Amino acid sequence: MNRSEFNQGLKGGLIIALSSAPFAVLFGAVASDNGLSVMEAGLMSATVYAGASQLVGIELFGHQVAPWLIVLSVFAVNFRHILYSAALTRYIAHFTPVQKFFTFFVLTDPQFAEAVKRGESGRGVGFPWYIGFGAAIYFPWLFFSVVGAFFGRMMGDPRALAIDVLLPVYFLGLVIGFRRKPGFYPVVVASALGSVLGYHFVGSPWHVSIGAAVGVVVAAFLPLSTESVPANTATEMES
Amino acid sequence: MTDLISVDMALLILAAAAATFLTRIGGYVLITRMTTIPPRMEQALNAVPAAVLTTLVAPAFFNGGWDVKIAMLAALVVGVRYPGLLLLGAGWAAAMICRHLLGF
Repeated sequence: MNRSEFNQGLKGGLIIALSSAPFAVLFGAVASDNGLSVMEAGLMSATVYAGASQLVGIELFGHQVAPWLIVLSVFAVNFRHILYSAALTRYIAHFTPVQKFFTFFVLTDPQFAEAVKRGESGRGVGFPWYIGFGAAIYFPWLFFSVVGAFFGRMMGDPRALAIDVLLPVYFLGLVIGFRRKPGFYPVVVASALGSVLGYHFVGSPWHVSIGAAVGVVVAAFLPLSTESVPANTATEMES
Repeated sequence: MTDLISVDMALLILAAAAATFLTRIGGYVLITRMTTIPPRMEQALNAVPAAVLTTLVAPAFFNGGWDVKIAMLAALVVGVRYPGLLLLGAGWAAAMICRHLLGF
């Protein structure tokens, strides 16, 4: 295990853990508000480990929706991960099967964004870095959801504390981090239009998959960019 | 009773977890079955992060009230020049100001 790489991962992950802590608390609070026990909220954070879909699932638990529909909704919200794992494959080809299991188990939005950033920079995505980054987010996420479930009813209105704007603002930050990539603006405009129209005409959570599909299809039809990805070849040589 | 797990709820949570893991490994399983990745497909895959993350941002902006819109615009302005945590702070501060001082 490469110590310094692991520590680098931990450090990067801690920033995400800090900014996602309010959402974990919020999730715990909403979960207990919808009738989940502290242990059930903890189990969900430990096994599903996907913020937005946990909140969607919780919302449906409270509405007596058929179980298969809840599972399908969670699948729909998380559908983007199929694209993530496909896009990540080139950087982690050298991992062992067990390492790959953990890699995909902790594959979240920030984990993916940072791994791609690291892969593109040519530093290579090592397992110690990746799992350090993941662990630094996973355990605080679990801890703060349980804390939120415990203290849920004591917390005031999340709106008054402006907790609710943190999630979209955070995702906005991730998006503008990609603004120098070729085709960024057409893709973002297409995806924004697709998701807003999808939200109005089909409804949540399908707007996520619809918007993403529109953006990705537009990217496929854009003129081919000549930009080479050096990390790509580096990873292939390593494996 | 609040610290116990009901069997039904645990099964439902585990089913949701399985569905989530399926999405997380699904792209890998699909892509490793293909021997070569055509350039157009590679370009499409490269666009995935921006495309997906935008779908989490755009509806929040359009459906949110003026407080949310202003908070996100403030975050955008700060975010193109400064790192992530400042962007988060700017968005949060703007939302707090809108709600508590301006009354949006």
